[in-house]
Amino acid sequence: MTDRLEGWEKVTGAARYAYEYPLENVAYLAAVQATVARGEILAVDAEAALGMPGVLAVLSGGNAPRLAPVDDGELAVLQSRRVAYRGQFVAAVIAETPETAAEAARHVRVEYAPEAADVLLRADHEGLYAPEKVNGGFPADTESGDPDAAFAASAVRVDATYTTPAEHNNPMEPHTTVALWEDDGTLVLYDSNQGPSAVQSTLAEVFGLEPAQVRVISEHVGGGFGSKGTPRPNVVLAAMAARVTGRPVKFAVPRRQMWATTGYRTPTIQRVRLGAGLDGRLDAVIHEVVAQTSAVREFAEQAAVPARMMYRAANRRTRHRIVRLDVPSPSWMRAPGETPGMFALESAMDELAVLTGVDPVELRVRNDAPEDPESGLPFSSRNLVACLREGAARFGWDARDPRPGVRREGRTLLGTGVAAATYPASTRPGEAVARAEPDGTFTVRVAAADIGTGARTALAVIAADALKTDLGKVRMEIGDSRLPRAVVAGGSAGTSSWGTAVVRACEALLVRLNGEIPPEGVEARASTADEVRSRQKYARHAFGAHFAEVAVDLDTGEVRVPRMLGVFAAGRIINPKAARSQFVGGMTMGIGMALLEESIMDEAFGDHVNRDLAQYHVPTCADIRKIDAVWVPEADPHLNPMGAKGIGEIGIVGAAAAIANAVHHATGARFRDLPITPARVLAEL
Amino acid sequence: MPRIRVEVDGSSYEDDVEPRLLLVHYLRDRLGKVGTPVGCDTTNCGACTVLMDGLSVKSCSVLAVQADGREVTTVEGLRAGHPMQRAFHEEHALQCGYCTPGMIMASIDLLRENADPSEDEIRDGLEGNLCRCTGYQNIVRAVRRAATEMRRPASEEVTS
Repeated sequence: MTDRLEGWEKVTGAARYAYEYPLENVAYLAAVQATVARGEILAVDAEAALGMPGVLAVLSGGNAPRLAPVDDGELAVLQSRRVAYRGQFVAAVIAETPETAAEAARHVRVEYAPEAADVLLRADHEGLYAPEKVNGGFPADTESGDPDAAFAASAVRVDATYTTPAEHNNPMEPHTTVALWEDDGTLVLYDSNQGPSAVQSTLAEVFGLEPAQVRVISEHVGGGFGSKGTPRPNVVLAAMAARVTGRPVKFAVPRRQMWATTGYRTPTIQRVRLGAGLDGRLDAVIHEVVAQTSAVREFAEQAAVPARMMYRAANRRTRHRIVRLDVPSPSWMRAPGETPGMFALESAMDELAVLTGVDPVELRVRNDAPEDPESGLPFSSRNLVACLREGAARFGWDARDPRPGVRREGRTLLGTGVAAATYPASTRPGEAVARAEPDGTFTVRVAAADIGTGARTALAVIAADALKTDLGKVRMEIGDSRLPRAVVAGGSAGTSSWGTAVVRACEALLVRLNGEIPPEGVEARASTADEVRSRQKYARHAFGAHFAEVAVDLDTGEVRVPRMLGVFAAGRIINPKAARSQFVGGMTMGIGMALLEESIMDEAFGDHVNRDLAQYHVPTCADIRKIDAVWVPEADPHLNPMGAKGIGEIGIVGAAAAIANAVHHATGARFRDLPITPARVLAEL
Repeated sequence: MPRIRVEVDGSSYEDDVEPRLLLVHYLRDRLGKVGTPVGCDTTNCGACTVLMDGLSVKSCSVLAVQADGREVTTVEGLRAGHPMQRAFHEEHALQCGYCTPGMIMASIDLLRENADPSEDEIRDGLEGNLCRCTGYQNIVRAVRRAATEMRRPASEEVTS
């Protein structure tokens, strides 16, 4: 139970986020967004804005620096007359104060030739296509056996379509950059991101620089949840503005502009077919996903991927189709793929439980896969059953009456639900340096990012273990691209990847130490590229089980979650204090997904209508009651030197299904479309 | 340009400000009090919460001129090791930390109104301060702990 190393800085207001670095002569940027969803920019009239006292420059397609083309079309900021989506950055004002910049931005007149825009996702859209790969590098389609015949021949069949809406990550800190160019041509970025190394290499590419000419500093980051995992247009815009004005430029994307420019989870339409025997044993699993991407960037949410490894079934098909719409680019949001995919799959499993009369916990136990059904590889460890059993015991599941809609207290219906969770346990190559200082302390360096996960503390714990020293003797340096290169905080791979490099660097250092430390210290560097590449082949995944209790108000249709429990199997838990909070935080976002979160696309204007935290509801303190997270012991020697699986994402996976299943248990009505709002519930009561 | 006199975290400031300048930008950009962050621009998230004459306000929705003649306390102005800060640290009532300054200031104001709030009263009292990381469990625990500590007589606090 280790206290967060930077906790005291955060409770005293001393922690510095990107915007807050004290720099002289700073200028401020305000962006102008496209007011059409598709079309061409005919003219940008900056005269009125430039005439305002305190305005330094107006950037637009006509005068913006030319950038090198990169794969991500979102980063080709102000490089084209084409408008790909409403809200895209089309111009920017740089001024002496944020107020002047914001006011002047409203006076930049952009003239468009608008075109008809196509912004609504439909399962029968003619533009749907199979992407070459889906996110994570997986194939778009897989098939084994004869799923259609097996499904048709099954004694019990579930065939249902589930939808999830667009959801926005909404980290509390907006995407923020302070950009400055030094006299020697170095670009320095104080930036809010999930990986300084990635921002460094991408920005170097965009501006035609060597990576060493870009420095990215991200000491503290106010959340990301995937949206800061790749550089967004704001960082490019800030760097351009700094180059044009010759001044350090600050740009914090206003919350309302984040809806279009910093990523979100695509809406999904998912058809799931489960074919099973009367005993609930699966013979066919078919999961077909439709999602959207934008005109400038292909992002294919891998929502059917978990159906490839979750349960055993001899006949299986998974399929992803996406369509390029005139909408903002979807991107990573906490457990992309697994989060929407497991809502559908785990809802369908609950429907199968109801149809067969098999208890939902027992149904999942019965279908547990002894090895990865898709690859045939053994699991490095798979403790889904242990999570289900432990959760059932702690939650009091055995006393549950399976009949739906029969528990009523006054004007409230009560119900409970369960759903399984899974997330890949990945490790990626990286580097780290460990130093022994002459004063007997150690410095450990890796360009990791702590976006709130507790990475800084976890890595220090890992280093202290490896160095066989006290935590207090380890100084952890992260959040700077000058440190040894590291992967992003994403895919729940951070701690595993960075930690492996840290352990290897510490081990190499211990070998070099013999007695006195010279005044310049002793240093060892490790790269894990070979180690990670040459690992034995295993299916590596974390597992979990969610148990939720809901109370449904008969008069208002409001769903409340008085109690929720998550049980996880994620290898060795490095810092229980931080880990519990990570799990509970993920589960809370899952409650948001189940009941509250939805960005509504306006077909007429091609924009999300609820673009702020007044109208897009994330769970508040008053929405969240008792949530607990625990874990089962799991020793897995096939992961990494720590024996740990990532825990940043699994907390949200399956959480919404557990709640939806509980709502069915409470009301007898099945909700296949998220979020489960009072309006939707009332219509069914 | 209006001239304002504000006492911030125990120091007096006298400044000419534009009427449109928000208090939070005055604090951050003019006074360098960057411990108070900006989260949402629309008064929903509460990250920018400070105390004005002892009452919590969301400083993104207060004009600097409205603070004229008033006393403002930010998270940076709490006396060293305020029980609420200690409780948030020890109960791990934070992750990314961006909501934390506002959450702490709102919690202090909550205890001013109710020195011994129940868990539910805390949950309702803090509904205007959003946290996207933690799921609030440790925040509620921290406020309970700070409340217990702050109700103790001062003499006891000194010796503990």
